[in-house]
Amino acid sequence: MPIVSIRNLTKEFNNIIAVKDLSFTVNKGDVYGFLGQNGAGKSTTIRMLLTLIQPTSGDIEVFGLQLSRHRKEILKNIGAVIEKPDTYKYLSAYENLKLFAKLSGIKPSHQKLMDQLEMIGLAERANDKVKTFSQGMKQRLGIGIALVHNPQLIVLDEPTNGLDPQGIADIRNLILYLSRELHKTLIVSSHLLNEIEQIATRVLIIDRGRKIIEENANTLFDPAQTIVQIKTANDKQTMALLQDTIWSSYLCKENSTEVVLRMNKKNIPQFIHFLATRDIEIESVQPRNNLEDYFLQVTAGKQHVHTFKN
Amino acid sequence: MFTLLRIEIYKIFSKPRTYLAFAAITALILIVQLGLKVDGNEYAAFVLADLSNTLQIDGKIINGYFVCYVVLQLLLVHVPLLIALIAADMISGEANMGTLRLLVTKPVSRSGLLIAKFLASAVYTIILLIWIAVLALFVSMYIFGTDDMFLLKNNYAVQIEKADIFWRYAGAFFFATLAMLTVAALGFFLSQFADNSIGPIVATMSIIIVFTILSTMSIPIFNIIKPYLFTTHMVAWKEFFDVKLNADNETIAGSLQRGDKIIKSAAILVLHIVLFVGASIWVFKKKDVLS
Amino acid sequence: MKKYCSILLTLFTFHVSSFTSKAQDINQLVEQVKSKLNVVNDYIAEGKMKTDIAFIKAPVGKIRIYFKKPDKFKLKRETGISILPKGGVTMNIGSLMTTNDFTIIPAGDMLVNGIKTKVVKLLPLNENSDIILTTLYIDEANRLVKKATTTTKENGTYDIEMTYGKFSQYGLPDKLIFSFNTKNYKMPKGVTLEFEDNATPEEKANMKNKKGKVEITYSNYIINKGIDDAVFKN
Repeated sequence: MPIVSIRNLTKEFNNIIAVKDLSFTVNKGDVYGFLGQNGAGKSTTIRMLLTLIQPTSGDIEVFGLQLSRHRKEILKNIGAVIEKPDTYKYLSAYENLKLFAKLSGIKPSHQKLMDQLEMIGLAERANDKVKTFSQGMKQRLGIGIALVHNPQLIVLDEPTNGLDPQGIADIRNLILYLSRELHKTLIVSSHLLNEIEQIATRVLIIDRGRKIIEENANTLFDPAQTIVQIKTANDKQTMALLQDTIWSSYLCKENSTEVVLRMNKKNIPQFIHFLATRDIEIESVQPRNNLEDYFLQVTAGKQHVHTFKN
Repeated sequence: MFTLLRIEIYKIFSKPRTYLAFAAITALILIVQLGLKVDGNEYAAFVLADLSNTLQIDGKIINGYFVCYVVLQLLLVHVPLLIALIAADMISGEANMGTLRLLVTKPVSRSGLLIAKFLASAVYTIILLIWIAVLALFVSMYIFGTDDMFLLKNNYAVQIEKADIFWRYAGAFFFATLAMLTVAALGFFLSQFADNSIGPIVATMSIIIVFTILSTMSIPIFNIIKPYLFTTHMVAWKEFFDVKLNADNETIAGSLQRGDKIIKSAAILVLHIVLFVGASIWVFKKKDVLS
Repeated sequence: MKKYCSILLTLFTFHVSSFTSKAQDINQLVEQVKSKLNVVNDYIAEGKMKTDIAFIKAPVGKIRIYFKKPDKFKLKRETGISILPKGGVTMNIGSLMTTNDFTIIPAGDMLVNGIKTKVVKLLPLNENSDIILTTLYIDEANRLVKKATTTTKENGTYDIEMTYGKFSQYGLPDKLIFSFNTKNYKMPKGVTLEFEDNATPEEKANMKNKKGKVEITYSNYIINKGIDDAVFKN
């Protein structure tokens, strides 16, 4: 059953099109990766889903209900962190959590609130004012607030923005925990592919407000489709050597001076061994998946939808 | 709705700036009281200088009721700043902090949220005025005692009997509440249009200052627009302190010289409040929250 | 209040002269009035005071007046503020008769409120006195002062009119009207902080009525029962 179903969603701001004719579906249990450059329209779409922005046209259905008609019922079951995890700085973590729980229509016990703070690692700082918190702690509190009313759908807009590597890892683990252990449905937006790659079960890429692709992550991140770019001391010589070998069928671009192959990830060591035994001096090996290749092209401002294969 | 209101009130009274207003009021009133306690007789002599040429006025001119009137006259011009500080921050402050978007994604209606926010700023306004009443009226009554009030108007002086004063203060504070709620409603309305609270606070004060100047200048061209400025009606609380005369030129206890004016001004202020709050809700319901 | 008393003291410090028989009659009349008043050593009077000044809106207030010979006088409003004309008013005719430093000139007869009165002019002998001239209208039959008009250097001219009733035997009035001239009243807006001009032109015109009045209606006198001097202190 689709949790979110968006059809032909368009938003214009003063004749500037932020989102154009966007349609996609999020199913129960998905960790839905929402990828796009900064300014691609991710936040606008998420804000329309959360009723912060009114769509110019199009339909949004959540939990099988029309958002425009059943706003309250729908929002009761959504938790969200939008861009920055802003909370009331002059209140404590505990007070913020309690306040937003009440706004979500629930009155959790003290113990429940403390358990929630424990889960996001803020139990010890429960009574400290948020203004004393680090960015990572604020982010965790933001997620705590998003979860406090036990929503079915969790929307995280750029949840790792501004975090240090440890903070990013914490958030990633939390998302996986929510998905795998608590069976929540999540929509996670990011402009960083590798982040999405590590968590998403399904991916949507948008650019300039338009959908580029919506696909299952295991298809997009298929190891059998890994692209390997190899730098050697003499690429021309290497290309010549590869001709008429078994590896020539893996070449992406024949008659090229660049050595780029598409192969299963597990075959890479074998290929390197082949080159080494032929006295080819290898400078670098850069495997990247299909999606990354494509994403880089899009984010470089070049749209080559037709060249994308999966 | 009640939960929302409680949350909004809780937020207002968790902010340090809220108490700044109370501290400022307290300091101002205490300064006036101290000044009048120390030099009250000189002040009375100065104010009554003109009358003293022909009349001898005996009694406690500087009493609690009179002091409260002086405090209100001086203070009610400045209280709008303290009201704007909170009311003009109600939405813009949340936009600035980034909590507005979180608030709007909660399962509460936007109009409900706005009404709760306005009511919370109204509660703050009322509490502030109660505090002013406690300090300016009750503390003054305690420090200076009570007596008849002798007030100077532009064209005449009024003496109101001691027993006929308290209800007038009740009325005056009620009216002042309406006046300050109008300021709150204006600040609240302007609060929609900015992502930081400085803009709406300054805008609210600017409007009030400009309108007040127009209201107080006796220049014929401004006299035409005066009735249309809400600031003109904000000072009608003073009308509670004027009495009617009977045929024998005696004051009639419990009477108001211009009761009609009070009612008219109150109605105009209520209309402003309804308009500002109504417009706020209308704008906010259609607003795209981009902060 | 002390101020009026002291002025009155000078006002009615009169001198008994005797160069005409008419003057002698008048002196006699004044003496009779004086001896009538002399019976009263002290009194406490209760009554109502109304201040009727065009530019002052004042309520009628209950007052209490204390008098003790020769010149102690105190007017207390039971509650509140009292507004009285400055310099020269006293509501006590008793003080009239306590001193002798005046020249008395007879000035014929006149009707006051339908009652025939002897007109007596008093000229102070003391040059420093604020009072230039006082005219008394004395009801000869009852030996009562019905009206007094006083012209002063500093405070203009004022009239006192008295109506007698129950206490006429002591020369104490039931009602006293004190009329005086007032200056125009206009307060700068910076002092009043009232920026709106509420008064209608008609009301403003009324307020320019320059005659002020203070009316006292006495309801009771307690005579010669003794008064503690502390009452006269502020």
